[in-house]
Amino acid sequence: MSGTALPVRPRRAKGAGLGLVAWLAGIVFFLPIAWMALTSFHSEEDAATNPPSFSAALTLDGYREFFGTGGGASPWPALANSTVASLASTLLVLLLALPAAYALSIRPVRKWTDVLFFFLSTKMLPVVAGLLPIYLFAKNTGTLDNIWLLVVLYTSMNLPIAVWMMQSFLSEVPVAVIEAAQIDGAKLPTILARVVAPIALPGIAATALICFIFSWNELLFARVLTGVVAETAPVFLTGFITSQGLFLAKVCAASLVISLPVLAAGFAAQDKLVQGLSLGAVK
Amino acid sequence: MTATTTAPLGTATVPTRKPPSGRLRSWATRAPLLPALVFMVAVTQLPFVATLVISFFDWNSLYPDARSFTGLGNYSEVLTDADLRKSVWTTILLTVAVVLASLVLGLLLALLLDRRFKGRGLVRTLLIAPFLVVPVAAALLWKHVLYNPEYGLLNGLLHYVGGPQPDWISSTPLLAVEASLVWQWTPFMMLILLAGLQSRDHQQIEAAKVDGASEWQIFRHLTLPHLRRYLELGALLGSIYIVQNFDAVFTITSGGLGTANLPYTVYQSFYQAHENGLASAAGVLVVIGSIIIATFALRVVSSLFREEVSRA
Repeated sequence: MSGTALPVRPRRAKGAGLGLVAWLAGIVFFLPIAWMALTSFHSEEDAATNPPSFSAALTLDGYREFFGTGGGASPWPALANSTVASLASTLLVLLLALPAAYALSIRPVRKWTDVLFFFLSTKMLPVVAGLLPIYLFAKNTGTLDNIWLLVVLYTSMNLPIAVWMMQSFLSEVPVAVIEAAQIDGAKLPTILARVVAPIALPGIAATALICFIFSWNELLFARVLTGVVAETAPVFLTGFITSQGLFLAKVCAASLVISLPVLAAGFAAQDKLVQGLSLGAVK
Repeated sequence: MTATTTAPLGTATVPTRKPPSGRLRSWATRAPLLPALVFMVAVTQLPFVATLVISFFDWNSLYPDARSFTGLGNYSEVLTDADLRKSVWTTILLTVAVVLASLVLGLLLALLLDRRFKGRGLVRTLLIAPFLVVPVAAALLWKHVLYNPEYGLLNGLLHYVGGPQPDWISSTPLLAVEASLVWQWTPFMMLILLAGLQSRDHQQIEAAKVDGASEWQIFRHLTLPHLRRYLELGALLGSIYIVQNFDAVFTITSGGLGTANLPYTVYQSFYQAHENGLASAAGVLVVIGSIIIATFALRVVSSLFREEVSRA
């Protein structure tokens, strides 16, 4: 590998140049977020200047406004609703997907690939395909503006992704190890806890994080099916669609606070993010 | 049936991954699968069947008594209505533009990130971040903080170079929506393509280098063919998500200025205009469009999947 020293120099210079380009691209893509963060700490007057004020005094007024201490609606109920909807649906997804993935990998049913592709095909059915009947159903059963309806819908939205991801994680558990444990007389719960779980746990955690992100982000169902009581954080944000005088700092603070859980979950799941987003097709 | 119980002892000691024999056992294998399967059929398939049925009715929920069967009437209305036809066209335009632009940008970024340089991990993190902003928040960020004609960042930066001060959203509404979506979806494409680049056969590339192949030749004849299916996968998955996009259109233009796509139109026609039948017909059309894309998507996923299984 280290034999010829001849072409090393020019390549290194070129490599450094391209590294610089990569840095530049990263900064350009991140700039809107950095600007959003900076603006959220400016006063409304400093947030709305042209040319932009980069070095204006920092203040927490935008956050105070957002959290409702300056009048206006408090975001806490919406944040609480989003938390309930995302956590409960993620939990439900795991409860349903884990056994399903087990039956599709470790002890596969006949035609297990067909079943796997059925799950995938439901993900390709657009949300608007069932929106109206779901709305009518909710209206007739009195579950409109009820957070648990969103929990059920978010579960159906994420279940195919979770089944695919977990199927691919559980397939990584070597059959030989399971067989060895069985020959040693281990029962199924012991095998699941001692053999399968340690290998599959990081994957299960990443699956949970990705389901959490999709639930937290969802707008269309929440917008149509919730109102005053069960409003979620993205629906709360839609209140900022029309301009309300000087409100940029408040918008930035709101957007940042509501995006924080997703940013945190996304960076925590970074390594498995591709696998989840590509439904397990890419590792 | 009784064969299983009287099976010789020797076979009973190696029970794993044996094809299930006997009705009871095969149900025991299936049982863990059933809750998820039943749940999915109930929550996703049944509502769609209902949509399909409603799409054949003339039904405005403000006049519930005037509900009547119209056959394909709603479909011909959707397809002949100028606004609705325009929203079909907008959906196609929006999806194709966003997918292509983010795919090309994602490829360039993936190629940059595939090399070793100082701070590669950090740059990767910076590049992923746009994808991890809540879509409504991202749309608000573009609408108010970047595009605002008076004090938005874009015009603020243009101010420094003495450039024009356009009103981005009113002058180029669709482009404004597309740019914000490209910003969010480029990281997605980049991640998929980066995974593709990293699964290349490095020995083959080393061999090509030893044989004197130029970087362009290696890219053209080795990297690109290998990436083809990852490009397809990115394009198809991206299309599936972007065809359904509602958040950006709803937030940035509220469907105005000719940016209403089909999901927005479906939302509007039953949520605001209470036209249940029309909304359902438009919904069914979105599904047909998605099925066309999805057929290709499923084929790509299944070929990648089979490769993974055979490699394992």
